[in-house]
Amino acid sequence: MIERIKVGMASCGIAAGASEVKEKISDVAPEENLVEVGCIGHCYAEPLVEIETEDGNYIYEEVEPEEEFIEKMLNLEEFSRFEAPSVRTEWEEDYVTELAGKIEPNSLPEYREHGGYDALEKALKMDPSGVVEEVKTSGLRGRGGGGFPTGMKWDFLSSKEEEEKVLICNADEGDPGAFMDRTLMESLPHQVLEGMLIGAHATGASELFIYCRAEYPLAVRRLNMAIDRIEAEGLNVLNGREINITVKEGAGAFVCGEETAMIHSLEGKRGNPRYRPPYPTDEGFKGRPTLINNVETFSNIPLILREGGESFASVGTENSTGTKLFALAGDLEYTGLVEVPMGISIHDVVYGIGGAEEGSVKAVQIGGPSGGCIPEEHFDTPVDYDSLNDLGAIMGSGGLIVISKGRCMVETARYFLDFTTEESCGKCTFCRVGTKRMLEKLERITGGEGTEKDVEDLEDLSHKIINGSLCGLGQTAPNPVLTTLDYFRDEYLNHVEEDYCPALECGALVEIYLDDETCIECGNCIDSCPVDAISDDFEIDDEACTRCNSCIEVCPVDAISRVKKGGKVDVQS
Amino acid sequence: MAEISDLATDESNLIKALQLEQRQEGYISDEAIKSISEHFDMAPVEVEGVVSFYTQFKRVKPGDYQIQVCDGTACHIKGSSLVLGWISDELGIEPGETDEEGVFSLEAVACLGCCSLAPVVSINGKVYGNLTREKIMDILDDYREREAAK
Repeated sequence: MIERIKVGMASCGIAAGASEVKEKISDVAPEENLVEVGCIGHCYAEPLVEIETEDGNYIYEEVEPEEEFIEKMLNLEEFSRFEAPSVRTEWEEDYVTELAGKIEPNSLPEYREHGGYDALEKALKMDPSGVVEEVKTSGLRGRGGGGFPTGMKWDFLSSKEEEEKVLICNADEGDPGAFMDRTLMESLPHQVLEGMLIGAHATGASELFIYCRAEYPLAVRRLNMAIDRIEAEGLNVLNGREINITVKEGAGAFVCGEETAMIHSLEGKRGNPRYRPPYPTDEGFKGRPTLINNVETFSNIPLILREGGESFASVGTENSTGTKLFALAGDLEYTGLVEVPMGISIHDVVYGIGGAEEGSVKAVQIGGPSGGCIPEEHFDTPVDYDSLNDLGAIMGSGGLIVISKGRCMVETARYFLDFTTEESCGKCTFCRVGTKRMLEKLERITGGEGTEKDVEDLEDLSHKIINGSLCGLGQTAPNPVLTTLDYFRDEYLNHVEEDYCPALECGALVEIYLDDETCIECGNCIDSCPVDAISDDFEIDDEACTRCNSCIEVCPVDAISRVKKGGKVDVQS
Repeated sequence: MAEISDLATDESNLIKALQLEQRQEGYISDEAIKSISEHFDMAPVEVEGVVSFYTQFKRVKPGDYQIQVCDGTACHIKGSSLVLGWISDELGIEPGETDEEGVFSLEAVACLGCCSLAPVVSINGKVYGNLTREKIMDILDDYREREAAK
């Protein structure tokens, strides 16, 4: 007997076609109890449907919005069943995300059934300073990237005498390739809000903001629904003190992840950072003492209060306690959201949980545009704040991109500099002009016109930008270049000395080669070429060719490939 | 939908007002800058300064179908620059442009957060993932047919 049907409808599920699936299920079985849930983290298997029955739950993967598929599924037939890969269950630690994808995001009763708002109730019976102490005991550090101890920050704000204090949840997940916070907000909005309310009690803040990326409309909607519900139930009244909670949508500026820039943006201004001190806890939003924590940080709080700071600190390493969420993507098998105990090795994340093919990986990029590329020889490094810093990378918010041997590291560095150049707010000269100059040099190198001097200049400029920038954006912008220079210098030198891109990715350093012997003269390539660079007798006009790969994609016999400019060489796969 | 005139004239509502305007009109016109600056009692140039700072705000009217090619890290690794090139070649417009008929506009955006489906594009908010050249051409044809059927 089916009790309930749950469709995974976070953004990733919807993008994979979950809305169509849900619609079809309600057509086929209108009498069933059909609900939307968040994300269970296994994005590669979406759309996912879980059927709850008296005898247990069954999860189906890659569900198709076809009547036949749905009917077989509703008969609980054994096909397309989803089972989490054993490596993932072995290494993962469901803690912060325990309820994600299992409960209805906007059902307050269901959240309560699973212990929701118990922590807030417990906190309200405690002295605010006791709550701060508990968070300090837990050793929780900011999950947004910086890794500042959360309890200390809370202490700063709670010690302020001012009446009006502000608490902000940083949900401006601007790091391209990261979607941890989105998943939490879409799957567990009440958990985020419970963490914030506990923070409001501990620090005495009365005005709460969630600064959320405008690109996350579903998260904004679910948060607003949850806030309405909280207000209807009076949960926002903490021991007689009424708390205001507002969701503010950002407008697309990476720099707004920086605290002072975010505060300016909330005030309706351009998101320029400013010099600190004064720190936001002294002078923040409209001059009031203000504290900013990240979504994942707040999501940890209810668990710390419920289970105690000491129990929290027993997971992870001494200086990096608890778990961390990572958005795994790139060249690996099991992309998605994973939660691991701090201290796990990069190797176990990439090959164990991610299922990447052993030997296929060149590096991981961790921490986004502020982070660095870590080469395979350092994969035994534990994932904790300090070890990653030692390698020149940062924990960052949790984007972890696996880069295979077929990718060019100079191009990867160029990509990140292109991003930071675009996102630099323009206030500091070194960041504004320096990143631009670095980008130009990287473009010269990937464009086949670079010199050794360019490589040297990159290093020199990097240190100047780090020292000459006011905020975290500029101070970390050179990291992707510095780490690739450190670990993949040979690739830079291949480009500038031999006009050779080992990964055959840089268009100016490759040409398109058509192997006459393999070619079956089907003409697909000629039809697909947007610039008519292939003649009727299958000669490629190198001048006209834009290296768009269209012909390679359409060739049915793989007769066309990229080769080193000036001659066919063996291609590194 | 809420109206700009309903918003409190506190400056912290400026971004919200601009977002409302863009949601209704698709972009921020010169007239909108003027009327919004009057609402908040600011100089138009100050409003323009905020508009130009944030990538979300458009100053040019977009096409009926807004194509956003995700250029987040995961998509980039999976070949988003090729995807952008294919669409740009096919439509004859560069990123940031709208075609002459006002049907398609094209832009590259930072992460859409669907990294596991990389490379992805979003057309008027609908996300298409695991793209190949063939898939993209089919999708564009589909939108063209829709437009022709109008």
